[in-house]
Amino acid sequence: MNPQSLPDRDPDALRRATLLLAGMLVLWPLLVVSQFRPAALFEPGNLAAMGHFLKGFLPPEVSVGFLGLLVKAMLETLAIATAGVTLALLVAAPLAFAMTHSLSVSRIGPGPGRLRGEVLRGAVRLLLVVLRGIPELVWALVFVRALGLGPAAGVLALAITYGGMLGKVYAEILESGDTRPARALRQKRRSPPRSGRVAALLYGLVPGAVQELVSYTIYRWECAIRASVVMGFVGAGGLGQLMDQAMKMLNGGEAATILIVFLLLVLLADAISAWLRRQLA
Amino acid sequence: MQNDEAKALQLCFSCVITLVIAAAVVIASFAYLPLGPGRLFSREAGGEMLEFFLSFFPPDLSAGHVRKTAWAAVETLAVSAVGTLLAAVGGLLLCLPASGRYGWAPRALARGLLNLLRSVPELVWAALMVLAAGLGPFAGVLALGLHTTGVLGRLFAEALENTPKEPAAALLGVGASPALAFVYGTLPGVAPQLLAYTLYRWEMNIRMAAILGFVGAGGLGQMLYYELSLFHQAQAATVIGAMLLLSVAVDAASAVARRGLARAYA
Amino acid sequence: MGFRLQRLGLVHANGLRALAGVTLAARRGERIAVIGPSGAGKTTLLRLLGTAVRPSEGRVEVLESNPWQLSGGALRRLRTRIGTVHQAPPLPARQRVITAVLAGRLGTWPWWKSLLSLAYPADIAGACAQLARLDLADRLFDRCDRLSGGQLQRVGIARVLYQQPELILADEPVSAMDPALADLAIQQLIAEATGRGVTLIASLHAVDLALRWFPRIVGLRAGEVAFDLPPVRITDALLRDLYASESATLPTQGGEPLRLPQPGAEVAVRRPACQ
Repeated sequence: MNPQSLPDRDPDALRRATLLLAGMLVLWPLLVVSQFRPAALFEPGNLAAMGHFLKGFLPPEVSVGFLGLLVKAMLETLAIATAGVTLALLVAAPLAFAMTHSLSVSRIGPGPGRLRGEVLRGAVRLLLVVLRGIPELVWALVFVRALGLGPAAGVLALAITYGGMLGKVYAEILESGDTRPARALRQKRRSPPRSGRVAALLYGLVPGAVQELVSYTIYRWECAIRASVVMGFVGAGGLGQLMDQAMKMLNGGEAATILIVFLLLVLLADAISAWLRRQLA
Repeated sequence: MQNDEAKALQLCFSCVITLVIAAAVVIASFAYLPLGPGRLFSREAGGEMLEFFLSFFPPDLSAGHVRKTAWAAVETLAVSAVGTLLAAVGGLLLCLPASGRYGWAPRALARGLLNLLRSVPELVWAALMVLAAGLGPFAGVLALGLHTTGVLGRLFAEALENTPKEPAAALLGVGASPALAFVYGTLPGVAPQLLAYTLYRWEMNIRMAAILGFVGAGGLGQMLYYELSLFHQAQAATVIGAMLLLSVAVDAASAVARRGLARAYA
Repeated sequence: MGFRLQRLGLVHANGLRALAGVTLAARRGERIAVIGPSGAGKTTLLRLLGTAVRPSEGRVEVLESNPWQLSGGALRRLRTRIGTVHQAPPLPARQRVITAVLAGRLGTWPWWKSLLSLAYPADIAGACAQLARLDLADRLFDRCDRLSGGQLQRVGIARVLYQQPELILADEPVSAMDPALADLAIQQLIAEATGRGVTLIASLHAVDLALRWFPRIVGLRAGEVAFDLPPVRITDALLRDLYASESATLPTQGGEPLRLPQPGAEVAVRRPACQ
């Protein structure tokens, strides 16, 4: 810059003003569309409803009958999460197996199987996107319509969404590890005959990645517990369904107890999962 | 040598125990739930399921319904954006005491509050906020705002604790008030990180905003719930398709943004 | 009065003693250079004067008041009258030079002016004038992380010049500059001191720089004052004794051998046009 013509105005001012204006121009319609109206919180009707509900929070409901119900719902939540993740594992394993590039022979060079392999992998990838792209809560809602209220809908919803997530991540983990042993097993052309995909997977890839695979599965189990509670809100059983009922009845005492139990459950799952994963490391 | 062998054996013994326990837990879970194989996997159950799923096709792609769905998607985006913005403001306010700059008691208090906000899932907040603010997208905004404040507040506090303190200290040295020392000395250093956290949470919140409507908080979720309640499967299929599209679009956009940011900070 | 220290001592939290029995006073407008080997307590002495740390023993009096008997508000007002030049100016990496310089007056500006200044700099001409004295006006709107260490030091000095304090504490203010720029920067600090009657105390590693520009030299060794003399009375033996623990040669700019100078060159304030 020429020292004779030092700026007397901020050269960034125009850019900043434009950004600010653009920001406000975007924010304004967003506020309108989302019906942003803090005053709604203080309308007498809403205040009364919330006040009544919150007043009910104290004391939390601790009658023996309700606690029994709560324990059953809690066990159900845990069972939904566990069963859901188990089924998800069954969904994910074959998909990850099909996705894993280094297990494919066609990758080695052009051949009759190459196109077929590419098409298959593309289809599997698309399937995985659909499976995990639709939230588990939507699946749960759909399954509740198909199967009626109860834990079955939750289990299936978890199996599908988590199957998609696990499948994608398993394939990534398998690919990111050392793929040389698997490729070597697949490329050996002399006797003994070329190893099959399954053998290559089990002997070539899984040993190196097993720790990470298990660790991720445990982490997903922890997430599944949270998800299964939330799914209860659309009728898929467990603590969430109980909570939904309590809220619909505006029963603050029950809602408070359920909330506390839920928080404890999440803390517990957190601790168990962290402990298990530490054991692995 | 012997020792190693014994150790390996011991290790495998604990592996086996763990596996057995895991298997037992899984079996117990299936046994506990009322989902006998007859219910899920029998031929007639399967047939019913298939029929139900086929009733979603073809999705309703009439102009009127697509327009309605698109509007709901816009509403979902607006809810996620405003909710995240609200959370960024809330997180910024709470991260100050949570980073320990006013002593340990406010720190513990703020951390407790953040943990509470964070542990209650968005959907539960949404159910509560529908009570507090009435049906509609504003309840969704509040729900996302509350939960995300918990998440962002904690992340922000950690970022503040890890940022150099000297610039702000130097400004206190020229007699600036603590608030101004923060704005001039600390904020410029952490701002990029705070922005990155906020964008990352926004990405998650777009997906979440799509389903908050199930409890009446507007957007695609409310529409889906409504259509499914009326057994309008074809219309519901369009909404589910929109959710899928939104999720894929967010994935792609975030990948592009991440690459752009990586280049900007290279 | 600039400041007065009486039998000052400071022991760090880890039990290390940084200063012991330091008694030192400066009149208003006086210019003092503090020299001594690394770890002698130069930085600690300046931090004590800047009210950044509290002494463990003895009395501090800065600009007619004891900072540790003041209320919070009064202490802040006192601090607006003290400017500190840091050896490595602690500036946020992404902050612009102009913002960093203007921050010197955060203590005196009303809060709304400080906030507005973030949106649009409140005093471009003022910041530019101070930077121009240090030959850095062309970097006015650059980001601090685009500057070299020596340029950052000049930004730090410009901030203090812009602050217009009554007491300037400079801690190795020119350590990262080449000799010509170092001379220029010290000149401007001196000019500020003589022109506005500001008390200036600077710790310097380069002995020749101290002897050339300052009428009073304080030697600090192991936390104690070794000597407090005008430069004409500083002898080679005195300096060798001061730096005995560090090395055989005396630290100077560019490592050239030290020649004891004749002090008192004339100084002019540089003010190139800014608009």
